[in-house]
Amino acid sequence: MSYRFLQSAALIAALTLGGATCAQAVQYKQVNARASQISFTYNQMGARVYGTFGKFEAKIDFDSANPEAARTSLTIELASIDAGSSDANSELQKPGWFNTAVYPQATFISSSVKPLADNRYQVSGKLALKGQTRDVSAEITLKPDNAIGVFNGEFILKRGDFGIGEGEWGDYGVISNDIHIKFRMVAPAQ
Amino acid sequence: MNQRYTRTAIGLHWLMALGLIGTFALGYYMPGLALSPTKLKLYSWHKWAGVTLFFLVLLRLAWRQSHPAPALPSSVPAMVQMASHAMHWLMYALMITIPLSGWLMSSAKGFQTVWFGVLPLPDLLDKDKTLGESLTQLHEALNFTLLGLVIVHTGAALKHHLIDRDDVLTRILPLKFKD
Repeated sequence: MSYRFLQSAALIAALTLGGATCAQAVQYKQVNARASQISFTYNQMGARVYGTFGKFEAKIDFDSANPEAARTSLTIELASIDAGSSDANSELQKPGWFNTAVYPQATFISSSVKPLADNRYQVSGKLALKGQTRDVSAEITLKPDNAIGVFNGEFILKRGDFGIGEGEWGDYGVISNDIHIKFRMVAPAQ
Repeated sequence: MNQRYTRTAIGLHWLMALGLIGTFALGYYMPGLALSPTKLKLYSWHKWAGVTLFFLVLLRLAWRQSHPAPALPSSVPAMVQMASHAMHWLMYALMITIPLSGWLMSSAKGFQTVWFGVLPLPDLLDKDKTLGESLTQLHEALNFTLLGLVIVHTGAALKHHLIDRDDVLTRILPLKFKD
């Protein structure tokens, strides 16, 4: 009798506790690339220019009950850049810029996720671009919306750090060193 | 009666003449260049010069309102006077519409104009490749029309000076010629 009572009590407790956590916790395990976007702006002779990367693959493993354990990675096909004109797009493939023949992709792999207040997270990791790997960090805001989660973030990439735009293009007065990268990752809730 | 233009009008005329020649030459030369930082600089300078010329022509028209141009010599036939006035107003119209078309084409091509890299002009048009190309053709057509008119304008001024021997050319020159 007492054994059965304990068993039921344990079951009820597990259900209640489990239920409570389940109602709150959301998991995101994949990214809808079509709905997601990576864009950037930079300064060209005093004017803001907008561009995007059309092709990328993002992975995510995020559990709101345990955000510190979250992991994410991103692979961008650099040839898919659209910097506003076909002239610019073909120039950007050249060795002085991305050198896509040798380095076709940029990859980011997260190493830590720190929860901040209000659905904000500090995501840090390694960005590999044009043969160089550097630490980058971005504040990401999660907007849970119906059955999807939208992760928005931005950070400033110094193109000079990665040798993006060398030689005559090294003049930051023409094209700024600061490239504002913005991303929006849309993930279905599990 | 003073038959000369005011010093301000003369100054603005020649300042704009130099600006138009330089900006036209730059606009004619730069599209053929391969993409380089120099090309980006030249495009910006062309756009900044164009905006400046736009403001200068407005200033000129405002000045002209309060300081009318001296009348043409009575020796000029009425029909030719009418043609001359029509041509001058057409040139003013072009000096206004050329920078406007350049600004709009830049906008449609997705490149905002920021005057001297400081004052951003609003982008009235969304990025639209086809519209951008149409506006480029319009910008070119307006420019070559102005070029044609400038050639006729210069030819007419020289004809007045060398053949008619009147003061139509000298009254717009910065220095006074005594005869």
